[in-house]
Amino acid sequence: MIQRIAQAGTLESSDCLVTVSPAPTLELEWRGATSALFAERNRALVESVLKETGLSGVKVQLQDQGALELTLRSRLKTALERARKEGARC
Amino acid sequence: MLRSMLYIPGNNPAMIQHAPIFGADSVLLDLEDAVALSEKDAARDLVCAFLKGLDFGGTVVTVRLNGTDTPFFEEDLRAVVPCRPDAVRLPKCSSPRDVLACDALMAELERESGLEPGRVKLHAMIETARGVSNAQAIADSCPRVTALTLGGQDLTADMGVRKTREGRELFTARCLVSLAARAAGIDAFDTVWADVNDNEGLLEETKAVIGLGFSGKAAIHPGQIAWIHKAFVPEAKEIGKARRIVEAALAAEAEGRGVVAVDGKMVDAPVVKRARHTLEMARLAEEGC
Repeated sequence: MIQRIAQAGTLESSDCLVTVSPAPTLELEWRGATSALFAERNRALVESVLKETGLSGVKVQLQDQGALELTLRSRLKTALERARKEGARC
Repeated sequence: MLRSMLYIPGNNPAMIQHAPIFGADSVLLDLEDAVALSEKDAARDLVCAFLKGLDFGGTVVTVRLNGTDTPFFEEDLRAVVPCRPDAVRLPKCSSPRDVLACDALMAELERESGLEPGRVKLHAMIETARGVSNAQAIADSCPRVTALTLGGQDLTADMGVRKTREGRELFTARCLVSLAARAAGIDAFDTVWADVNDNEGLLEETKAVIGLGFSGKAAIHPGQIAWIHKAFVPEAKEIGKARRIVEAALAAEAEGRGVVAVDGKMVDAPVVKRARHTLEMARLAEEGC
C-alpha cells in the first residue's frame, strides 16, 4: 500500500507522466492523444507492474505522450517506488 | 572500432530509443551530469529498462555512472551491471584505488547475476589533474579497464584554466592519457567538442587528437558523429600505400620470407599493423559507417 501521491516522467514527446496515489482498489485514468488507441495495452501493463510490485490499491493517472512500453513500465515503476519511499518517511 | 561515442541523457526516452540509428559506433547512456539530482532514480530505472529491452544492434553501449563520491554510485552500479551493458564509465578516476573499488563491487555483482567475471568492462574517466598524473597506474590497475577517457571540462576546471577552442591547455593531458592507454594496450577516447554549431572545429580537433594517439572521440549531438568519422578517413594516397604494404606482407608470408620491401623501403611488423588499420578505416568509410 502506498501512502502518498508521487509522479515520474515528463510531458516530452515519447515520454509519459505517471501519477500514482493511494486508493482502495485499482483505478486507472488515461490522458493523451494515443491513450484510447493503446488503452488495452496500457491496462495490461499497469496490472502487470502492480502485480510484480505486490500492490493493488492504487490510482494510476497516465498522460501518454507516445511512450514505448519500456518507458511506460519504467516510469510507473519509478512513481510507485517514490510513493513507497516517501510513504516510509512519514 | 570505436571512433565515436555519443552521450545520451539517461532520462530522455526519445533519445535512448533512437540510440541504435544515430550511426555512432557507441553510445553512452548518462546517469551523471545530464541528469538532475531529483531524477537520478528515474534515469536509472529508464536506462536499465532499455538495456534489458532494446536491441541496440551493433552499437556498443556504455553507461556513465555517478561518481564514487556521490550517494548514487553504488545504487547505479547495482542496478546497471546485471543489465549487461558493454561497459560502465567511471567518472573522476584520480587513482587506481577508485578503479579497484569499482572493480571489486562489479565482480561481486557479476557473481550474483551469474555473469562471467569481467563481462562488463570499465572505462576510466580522467578529469582531474591528479588523474592525469596517475593515468598509467589507472590504465594498468585491472584487466577490466579497456579504455581511458579524457574529460576536458572538469579537468580545465580542476586546473583553474579556461578551455579554449585551440585546446593548448589540454595538450599535455591528452599526450599523457593517450600514451598511458596505448602503453596498456587499451582504447583512448577524447573529450567532447562543446560547440555543436562549429563542425569544422570538431573535424580539426578530431584529426589532431587522432594524431596524438586517441582511438575515438565523444559526441554530444548526433550531428557530430559524421564529422568525427570523417576525421578517421585516410587520404587516397595513404590507402594506396597501405594496400601495397599489406599485399606485400601477405605475399612474403605465403613465400616464407620474413622481410618485406615496398616502394624500395623495408617495412616491418608495426608498419604492416598500421597499414591494416588504415585499410580498416577506409573500409568503414566506404561502407558509409
